[in-house]
Amino acid sequence: MTAVLEPTNSFVKSFEKTPGHARPWVNDLRGRGMDVFKQLGFPTTKQEEWRDTNISAIANATWSPAKLVTGQAAFDLSQKYSFGKAAAAELVFINGHFDPHLSAVSNLPKGIKALSLEKAFESDAALLETHLGKYAKIEQHPFAALNTSFVREGAFVHVAKGATCEKPIHLLFLTLPGAETAVSHPRVLVVAEENSECSVVETYAGSDSSVYLTNAVTEIVQGKNSRIDHNKLQQEGNAGYHTALMQVVLEGRSLFVSHSTSIGSKLTRNDLHVFFGGENAEATLNGLVLANGEQHIDNHTLLQHEKAHCPSHELYKHVLDGKATGVFKGKIFVQKDAQKTDSKQTSKSLLLSDTAFMNSQPALEIYADDVKCTHGSTIGPVDENAVFYLISRGLSLAQARHLMTYAFAADITRRIKIAPVRARIEDFMTALHGLPQDLRIADEARHDVALL
Amino acid sequence: MALLEIKNLHAEVAGGGRKILKGVDLTIDTGEIHAIMGKNGSGKSTLCQVLAGREVYEVTEGSVMFNGKDLLELAPEERAREGMFLGFQYPVEIPGVSTSYFLRAAVNEVRKHHGQPELSGVDFYKMVQEKMDLLEMEKSFMNRAINEGFSGGEKKRNEVFQMAVMNPLLGLLDETDSGLDIDALRTVSNGVNKIHQSDKNKAILLVTHYQRLLNYIVPDRVHVMIEGRIVKSGGKELAIQLEEKGYDWVEEEVAAKA
Repeated sequence: MTAVLEPTNSFVKSFEKTPGHARPWVNDLRGRGMDVFKQLGFPTTKQEEWRDTNISAIANATWSPAKLVTGQAAFDLSQKYSFGKAAAAELVFINGHFDPHLSAVSNLPKGIKALSLEKAFESDAALLETHLGKYAKIEQHPFAALNTSFVREGAFVHVAKGATCEKPIHLLFLTLPGAETAVSHPRVLVVAEENSECSVVETYAGSDSSVYLTNAVTEIVQGKNSRIDHNKLQQEGNAGYHTALMQVVLEGRSLFVSHSTSIGSKLTRNDLHVFFGGENAEATLNGLVLANGEQHIDNHTLLQHEKAHCPSHELYKHVLDGKATGVFKGKIFVQKDAQKTDSKQTSKSLLLSDTAFMNSQPALEIYADDVKCTHGSTIGPVDENAVFYLISRGLSLAQARHLMTYAFAADITRRIKIAPVRARIEDFMTALHGLPQDLRIADEARHDVALL
Repeated sequence: MALLEIKNLHAEVAGGGRKILKGVDLTIDTGEIHAIMGKNGSGKSTLCQVLAGREVYEVTEGSVMFNGKDLLELAPEERAREGMFLGFQYPVEIPGVSTSYFLRAAVNEVRKHHGQPELSGVDFYKMVQEKMDLLEMEKSFMNRAINEGFSGGEKKRNEVFQMAVMNPLLGLLDETDSGLDIDALRTVSNGVNKIHQSDKNKAILLVTHYQRLLNYIVPDRVHVMIEGRIVKSGGKELAIQLEEKGYDWVEEEVAAKA
């Protein structure tokens, strides 16, 4: 049994205090979110989907809505994570509030829009009403229901039919110390029309040692033959909590690529659901988790194959040190009409300490008879053969181990197309392992520069 | 002068496992090229691994002096820095680490050990370029990840290239010829000879199954290893005898003496 929430719960109270939205349908959406949330309550480890992640610290805290912070601190933090000119548009949110002064949207090519959700409720009301909240299954995800009940701010990206954008659109969600135990509920909607192509990066970051919760929901809907390259970079502060549901809906022949990287936070729970709604749609889900200390990072993915001839590829890698815990649960669901599904799932984990813990579980549910679904999982320490190879050339043992760890992660990072995302992860890795930056193998052009 | 002096070396799989080396005696003087031949499982590769400091093997008896130092007291990386190089029979693939980074780090570790300044990117690149030409390496090679996706032959060529870059006193080449086609064998052998001739103090120990390699890299001494011991040594003509007659006659000779 799930506990139905007390009306004294801080979320219920703050929901009641939230002023109504100008658009009635938004109020309806919020109301439905709160109804579902009240019904579901916070999940407990008695529920299958939450068995390995205990969120009682979130459930037991009293949360207040995070307030906008401006000034030098906000500027400095946004600069730290900014992509600068490498982004076609950069929308910066401080404590869940859009900051137009820190944002830049002037480089967007024709046919592509990226704007704050609050603005989009005015300028793109019809599109929002058609899509917002239509894909995320809040009945199965209490945190997504909670996000929905506070839908207000976030980002809307629209890629018109045939439009393409070379540079990424960067959505930067930052949390700065304000009131303690502050919560924000960022909401992202990406609508990619037929034959369009675009890269979107969501960065979540915050200052260390302040307790906060980022509870995000992203919905991506892709028309026929569209391509979206999505990158999520989670670099929350070390006392931050991060919960997120991303729901992707693919029409025929569309291509979705996800690179999800979790570096920060005390506790993270990511749910990534991809719904194959048309034939020949394809999805690649790559994940990288770099955790240490007492971090707990949980990635649940669901590949929902509803139509025939859809390939999916999934590779999640964890590097766990200290007492960190990683959870990966990858579900592949193949409906009876989804013949010729070709799905491959791989989970590889590197444990750098005896106290790190990895829990990797594939789950296949297949109702079609002509499919190819494979999964594999490895968990282990650094490959001693390779370490010996390196030290036999004069490298120290510590250097060799660091290099192997870097190499393990590089298997994912080098697949990332967006250079600033790759650089950010590599910078983190090289700093953590005391390695020089010229280690990068990313691409030849850059490497030549490093070499000379 | 003896560069490497192995006396009565016994080694087993660590933790009381199978005994593999059962009293190896071998002395290699500076400037010499030696070859060890023997059947599979005779202990040739184990000898190389033990000399390089592989911890899966435990030395239970005997001594090894290398360039005046007690080799068995040195950690594997220290052996490398002192000028020992092992060309692996099965080189490891390490995706994600560029060959250029790895080799520069390795070269600089050796230089630091000898109190020399580290090489800058430019100087390293110049030095490497020459070695790449020597071994006819493709230009893109330095930017590729270590051995990733290489054919067996490319990996072996890469081992010799690394040896050229590391510039060791003693090169142990463990079946470097296996997997090489005839053209690659010629290139690689030429590289080994050049490295050897670059300094009169350098020595090479080849482990091989085939006399063919020894047509290109002519050894001063050839040794036969059987069941963890060197049972017979001779000049380069011994390799030809082995090629023609196999190992049985050596075994019989050993049995007769015993």
